[in-house]
Amino acid sequence: MKSFQVAGKALTVVFAAILLVACAGNQEAEEQAAVQARAAEEARVEEAARVRRAEEAKQREAAERAEREAMESLTSVFHFDFDQSTLTADVRTALDEQIAYLKSNTKNIVLEGHADERGTRDYNMALGERRAKAVADYMVVNGIASYRIEAKSYGEERPVAHGSGESSWRQNRRVELK
Amino acid sequence: MRAITKVLLLCLSLCQVAQAELLIEITQGRDNPTSIAVVPFAWTGAGLPAEDAARVVNGDLLRSGLFNPVPREDMLSQPRQASEIYYRDWRALSVEYLLIGRVDDSAGLRIEYELYDVFRQERILNGTVGGNGEALRMLAHRVSDAVYTQLTGIRGAFATRLLYVSVERRDGLNDLFSLVLSDADGARPQVLLTQDEPILGPSWSPDGENIAYVSFETSRSAIFLHNLRTGQRTQLTDFRGINGSPAWSPDGRQLAMVLSKDGNPDIFIMDVASRSLTPVTRHYAIETEPSWMPDGKSLVFTSDRGGRPQIYQIVLATGQIARLTFDGDYNARARVAPDGRSIVMVHRRDGEYRIAIQQLQRDRLQVLTGTALDESPSIAPNGAMLLYATKRQERGILAAVSLDGGVKFRLPSRKGDVREPAWSPFLNGN
Repeated sequence: MKSFQVAGKALTVVFAAILLVACAGNQEAEEQAAVQARAAEEARVEEAARVRRAEEAKQREAAERAEREAMESLTSVFHFDFDQSTLTADVRTALDEQIAYLKSNTKNIVLEGHADERGTRDYNMALGERRAKAVADYMVVNGIASYRIEAKSYGEERPVAHGSGESSWRQNRRVELK
Repeated sequence: MRAITKVLLLCLSLCQVAQAELLIEITQGRDNPTSIAVVPFAWTGAGLPAEDAARVVNGDLLRSGLFNPVPREDMLSQPRQASEIYYRDWRALSVEYLLIGRVDDSAGLRIEYELYDVFRQERILNGTVGGNGEALRMLAHRVSDAVYTQLTGIRGAFATRLLYVSVERRDGLNDLFSLVLSDADGARPQVLLTQDEPILGPSWSPDGENIAYVSFETSRSAIFLHNLRTGQRTQLTDFRGINGSPAWSPDGRQLAMVLSKDGNPDIFIMDVASRSLTPVTRHYAIETEPSWMPDGKSLVFTSDRGGRPQIYQIVLATGQIARLTFDGDYNARARVAPDGRSIVMVHRRDGEYRIAIQQLQRDRLQVLTGTALDESPSIAPNGAMLLYATKRQERGILAAVSLDGGVKFRLPSRKGDVREPAWSPFLNGN
C-alpha cells in the first residue's frame, strides 16, 4: 500500500512536472508568439512607413519633374523671319508662357540675339540686338521688370547650325533666353 | 582660372605659327599680261638663304594679274649681273622685262636688284633694299613694289600686311577665334590673340603700328586697342549693348565706332588720346559700319533709316547727310577707296551677296564678284585690289579682286574658316 502511495506521489510529481513543463512550454511559446507578432507589427509599420516615404519621395520627384518639365517645355529659343525682328504669333504665344513663369520667380535673364550668316557682320550685330530688344520690350510691356532683363547681340558669330542653306539659317535667326 | 587660361593661350599662340596659313590660287588674270623673267638671285652669306627671294617676287607679280612670269625651267641662262645677260636668250622667250638680283647677308640683309628692258636692251631700274632688319620675304616684297611701280605707274603694295580672323569649329565646345597677322601674300602668319569668344572688325591705324578690333572676351562686345610693336592691349569701350565697327581716322587720332548704349546703334567718334566721345548720328534706325573719307572730313556708313540698308555720307562739320546708293535693296559696309573717288560695298542681287563698286561722281554700281556670300571688302592701300571674305565648299575663305574686276585670286586657308580681312596701309621699312 505504501508503495502505491509512493507511486501515487511519484506520479503526482511526474504529472505535476509534466504539467509544469507543459505550462512552461505554453508560456514560452506564447511569449515568442507575442514577440513575433510585435516584430511583425513593427515590420508592417516600418514597411508601411517606407512605402509611404517612397510614395512621398516619388510624388515629390514627380512634382519636381513636372515643374522642371513645365519650365523646360517653355520655349527658350525664339525664331525670326529673314531680316526681321518682328515677333511672330508663335513666338508671342511662347513668350506669354515664359512671362507667366518669370512672374513666379525673381531671377534675372539674358536675351541673346542672333542672325544668320547672310549680309554684313556689323549689320547682323545690329539686327541681333534689334531681335533681343523686341523680345525684351514684349516682356516689359507684359509686366516683367526691365532691370531683370539684359539684351545683347552676338550677330552671326555664334550659329547653332553651320551649313549654308535655309534649314541652317532658320535655326540661326533667333533670340535665346538664358 | 579662365583668365589664366586665356593668357596662356595668348602666350602659346604668339610663339607658334598659325594653323590658318593662306595659300594662293589665281582664278582670273588679264588677257595680255606683261612677260617678265625673274631670275634666281645670287646669294652671299653663311649657309643657305631663309627664302628664295626671286620666287617671292615672282609670286607677287603673278598675283597682281598684270604679269606673266617666265617659268624657271624655260630660262636659257640665269644671269646674276649685267655682264652675264644675253638678250637673245630672253628675246627667244618673248620676255619683255628681265629682273636680276643679288642677296647679300654679309653686313645686314640686303637685296640689290636690276630691271632690264629686253627690247631696248637697257637697264631701266636698279636699287637696294634692306639693311633695316626686315626679313628676307619683306625685302623681296619691296623689290616687287619697285618693279611694279616702275612698270605700271601705280605704287606697289606687296610689302604690306593683313589682319584676319580665323575660326576653328570644335565639337561640343565654342568655336575658337584667332586674330591673325600675316604678310599680304598670306605668308608668315602670326596669331595675335586666341579665345573662345568672338573677335571681329580688325582695323589698322594709318601708321600701321596700332590696330583696333572687337572682342567678346569680357562676355560682352568691347573695342580693344592693340599695339603691334609692344603687344600692349587696352580696352577702349565697355558700354552696354553693341561696341563695334572701329575705324581709324586718316590722321590716326580718332576712331569712328558704333555704340548702342543709348538704345540703338549710332555712330560715335572717340578721340583716342582723351577717350572722349562725340556723337555723329542720332537716329532710331540702325547706323553702323563707318568708313572715313581720305580727307577726314566725312564718313560713309550703313543705315536702314529708309527701310532697307543703304550707304549714306555725313559731313562731320555740318552733320549734313546724303544717301549714296540707290541700286538694289541691300547695300552695306562701304569702304572708301584711297583716292576717295569710289566706294566698295556688300550688295545684294537676286538674293546673293556680292562685292560691288560705285564711282561717287556717277551713281552706277558695278558688281565685282560672283559668289553668293561675299562680305567684308578691304582695299589695298594702292587701290588696285581688294580682299573680301566668301564661302567655298561650306568653308570661309579670303579672295581678292582688282577694283576693275579684271583679276581674281583666292587665298584659301589650310585649316579652319578665315574671314574679316583688313589690308594694312603702306608700311615703311623700320
